[in-house]
Amino acid sequence: MNSPLNALLVVVLALNLFALGTSRLVTVIKIVSLQGVLLGLMPLMIEEHVEWESLLAMGGTILLKGAVIPWMMMRAIREVEIRREMEPLIGFLPSMLLGALATGLALLFSKSLPLASEHTAPLLVPASLATIFVGFILLTTRAKAITQVMGYLVLENGIYIFGLLLLGVIPLMVELGVLLDLFVAIFIICIMVNHINQAFSSLDTRRLSELKE
Amino acid sequence: MNMFIHLVLMLAMPPLLLGVINKTKALFAGRKGPPLLQSYYDLIKLARKSVVISRTTTWIFIAAPVVTLTSIAMAGLLVPLGPFGAPVSFTGDLILFAYLLAVGRFFTTAAALDTGSSFEGMGAAREVTFACLSEPILFFALLVLARISGSLALGDLLHAPLDAGGQGDIASLVLVAIGLFILLLAENSRIPVDDPNTHLELTMIHEVMVLDHSGPLLGLILYGASIKLFVIGAVLLHVLFPFQSGSALLDWGVFVAEMLGVAVAVGVVESTMARLQMRHVPYLLIAAILFCAFGFVLLVR
Amino acid sequence: MFAAALALVAGGVPACCLSRHSVRAQRATSVLMVLGSLLGWCGLAMASFGTSAVEAGLPWHLPWEQRLSIGLDAIGAVFLIPVFTVPMLGSIYGLAYWRQGDHPENGRGVGLFYGLLAGSMALVVLARNAILFLIVWELMALAAFFLAGAEHEKAEVRRAGWIYLVATHAGTLCLLALFALMRQASGGFAFGVLDAGALTPGMVTLLFILSVVGFGFKAGLMPLHVWLPGAHANAPSHVSAVMSGVMLKMGVYGMVRMISLLPISEAWNGGALLAVGAVTGILGIAFAIGQNDIKRLLAYSSIENIGIICMGIGMALLGRTLHRADLVLLGLGGALLHVWNHSLFKSLLFLNSGAIIHAVHSREMNRMGGLAKPMPQTAWLFLIGAVAICGLPPLNGFASEWLIYLGLFQGPTTGVGAVALALIGALALACFVKIYGMVFLGTARDPLHGEPHDPSAAMRHPMALLAAGCVVLGFLPHLGFPLLHAAASQWLDPAGGAALPEFEEFAPAQWISAVAVGLVAAAGLGYALLRRRIRRTDAAVGATWGCGYAQPTPRMQYTGSSFGDVLVGLFGWVLRPRTSRPALKKLFPDRVEFACEVQDTVLHGLVLPVFRRAAAAMMKLRRLQQGRLDLYLLYLLVILIVLLSWGRHLGL
Repeated sequence: MNSPLNALLVVVLALNLFALGTSRLVTVIKIVSLQGVLLGLMPLMIEEHVEWESLLAMGGTILLKGAVIPWMMMRAIREVEIRREMEPLIGFLPSMLLGALATGLALLFSKSLPLASEHTAPLLVPASLATIFVGFILLTTRAKAITQVMGYLVLENGIYIFGLLLLGVIPLMVELGVLLDLFVAIFIICIMVNHINQAFSSLDTRRLSELKE
Repeated sequence: MNMFIHLVLMLAMPPLLLGVINKTKALFAGRKGPPLLQSYYDLIKLARKSVVISRTTTWIFIAAPVVTLTSIAMAGLLVPLGPFGAPVSFTGDLILFAYLLAVGRFFTTAAALDTGSSFEGMGAAREVTFACLSEPILFFALLVLARISGSLALGDLLHAPLDAGGQGDIASLVLVAIGLFILLLAENSRIPVDDPNTHLELTMIHEVMVLDHSGPLLGLILYGASIKLFVIGAVLLHVLFPFQSGSALLDWGVFVAEMLGVAVAVGVVESTMARLQMRHVPYLLIAAILFCAFGFVLLVR
Repeated sequence: MFAAALALVAGGVPACCLSRHSVRAQRATSVLMVLGSLLGWCGLAMASFGTSAVEAGLPWHLPWEQRLSIGLDAIGAVFLIPVFTVPMLGSIYGLAYWRQGDHPENGRGVGLFYGLLAGSMALVVLARNAILFLIVWELMALAAFFLAGAEHEKAEVRRAGWIYLVATHAGTLCLLALFALMRQASGGFAFGVLDAGALTPGMVTLLFILSVVGFGFKAGLMPLHVWLPGAHANAPSHVSAVMSGVMLKMGVYGMVRMISLLPISEAWNGGALLAVGAVTGILGIAFAIGQNDIKRLLAYSSIENIGIICMGIGMALLGRTLHRADLVLLGLGGALLHVWNHSLFKSLLFLNSGAIIHAVHSREMNRMGGLAKPMPQTAWLFLIGAVAICGLPPLNGFASEWLIYLGLFQGPTTGVGAVALALIGALALACFVKIYGMVFLGTARDPLHGEPHDPSAAMRHPMALLAAGCVVLGFLPHLGFPLLHAAASQWLDPAGGAALPEFEEFAPAQWISAVAVGLVAAAGLGYALLRRRIRRTDAAVGATWGCGYAQPTPRMQYTGSSFGDVLVGLFGWVLRPRTSRPALKKLFPDRVEFACEVQDTVLHGLVLPVFRRAAAAMMKLRRLQQGRLDLYLLYLLVILIVLLSWGRHLGL
């Protein structure tokens, strides 16, 4: 049993639901960055002896997800001057309930998966599935580009949790590569957000359909 | 001896918690704030005052503060403090605990309706409505603890986290702790659910129900409310910081410190969060239900 | 000896009612009713001190069954106690409430059918074979129909009566099928344990579903409850008390009895019953909160309580299939104790609502208010009923819910049921704070007709007795434990009686008594001290603080609708409240009206539209109805030929 890890994972799950239930963009960014920091700490709980390589990866993750990306997002928000997600496709309460349902199903479903025994005791698999699903909900039901970015980040966090299962197998370079990819993606999206805002004076991605002829 | 300390703490300490909360809020706001013992002075002052009673009221209006205080104090006897046992403990007292709190709610809301004031009716309606959402939180939390401990007596059940000693159920306990903290805020009318210091009757929950109570009646109500904070705080502490050193004196000291810590935490939440819109309160409570329900699912899956 | 006593109750009660048109006749009816009930109580006492199960038989000349057998056992005794209590008190109450002189046109009918209802209910519990059971079951249903339709000059009453009649016969249809299939399995109509070997699992499931649906119509399980609110609201109050307090329990009795006979071995049956109970409870009380008619509200709350009872039975069944004696004991014990409790406090509340309606001439709660001052005793009695029905300690509702909770906490995944029960409890509290506050507290919202006052002794004393019952069972719940224990062990094994652990192992009820005494003593002492303190310092009396508004009127008080508004909104997905909210257009808007109503979703959303469709489709068949006798004779001939050829085809 790896109970401190499980404790962190349920906090991650709780943060998912809060992210779904709030309408303030700043809160969502804070929640997701906190989630990133927690994820960064997790390798510490899994490995018995920590090597400098994984420490490097951890430090990179925490720095990027906990500081750099939130800072970029905050800047983006400040420049485009929006605070709240106003018109979600499904309301905040229903999306929260949907997320809860997904989490519950993930908990039940992961039990029936044919996993190695060392992978079933911690909640890694259900937490990963649930987080990925919550990311999808955020991506698909929110209209503002910023929230969609947050959804993308939550999705990535879910994948990261899954990656923890394979910790020690993945070479350092791959992990750093993933982080770099993420950073570049967010960077580009932040630039795009600015441009969308300039072009449409709104961040509603539904209006992008006006671009087609 | 421990039972005596239990009684003394339960009856004497609660108003101090209010003082600590207010002090914390004042420090956050950069004020000096009222003295820590201000709640005691207030209670003494109220006890000396005379009473104004509305013409429309019946005996319920006078009885409600007493009944509420008695039932909450009874509930407090069932909850063990720190690693010590509870004065009254038997199989099935966890349900009695929940229902004793409900007795208080029945009479408080009935007394509010007794005045015939529409504002107080509004407060009573909100109180019973939100109680419908906070009751499932409490029961899911109790279910998780009952399953971990295998006991249905609060005296043993709340010591489950202590006995489990950091074994695999931590995940459930973390979820339950989050749920119970929200329950603590909601049941004791704190921000973000209700603002105890608000000025507009339209936006109150608990304060508006007691608008017409004055003098010793109001004093009893405030005192009862602080005991409720203490009791639910004690339940939360079992999940949050299970601690036992073996030395009774040290344990009592740690318990008192922990309880003050809860008050500080409530003060911090009140200082840093805005109050939720009334129609958003159910979201928070439903989220808390979901957390505790996850805790249960994790255990039984 | 004992069977004879019971037969006298059953026979004597209805027969006595065929008297004339005077108050004296009504009094005679009541006296006979009381005598019969007391005789019944004596019989019960003798039986429970004597042997465990008594059976008696009389020769009977029906083609299928040669003996008319009746019998009494522990399960029956549990259900007979309300049968011998509530109708008796109700008939005394009726002396003042439904005075023969005031209701010359229907007083006699009410007397007759009231007695018939009581007698047939006793026989339903006593019947030991299916034919007798069905006959008295139908007798009970029809007596209730005529009672509910006592004021048949009103269209609303007639409508509720018809809905009831259709619903009860739909239930009876299921029961006919059930007993026919059981006869195939066991070879006779006598009630006996069915052999597991003689039945396929599918057949057992079918029988289980038939009995739950058939008896569920009578008990009022959630989608089958459509008749209940209308019939209860429109019957005279003492009749509503008997219908809700006792007649619904006959449906519960049937369910308990049949499930004890069926060899159910799969766990999902119990789980399903538990879930149905939870849904019935939650939705029943949610609908109750939306009601503004005091009797409709009480009727929906009966549905909620049936849900709680059903949860207990489901848990007991689960325990039986999983071989968990503790679940059986706590589940069935709690359910049966709740049967008693509900018959006590719900009858009390219905009788009380009668007194209220007498006083204000309306059932609309939003027009009432402030009745605690002119009617202090009624208010007291109502408060006892309301606290008891919310399941709050020190009264009896707590004891039974406590047993069910304890079982739910011990079961495998039944904990979710405990949360459902907690939700039901919190909703019930909201509901009964609303009704008590709206009726008795504050000030009258509409001007009163005349001067309301406490009802006469004949109406008050029955209520006081019921309230005393609530208090006694609340303080000393273990008084009922021996009988409940016997019933549970008999339910587990109808043939021999299984050995079950004692209640005390799981539910230390003496603690409940101790806490109840402590609570009442401490609160009473505190109240007395506070009263003295207030009197010593001369409390000032003033108007309610209006938050700065100088001229509040009683109409501005929070009404029942506004009190329940948020909760109704939270349950809006199923309650579907209908509001008519006029738009305010002009600068100085005209007088507008706002209305909010919660109708029965199942009845108005599903049953009535389907029936309307069906009626439209059936209109096509009217072409067959020509009104010519020779044509009808032709129909008969054709059908006869068809039947005969079908019979030959089947080789009969």
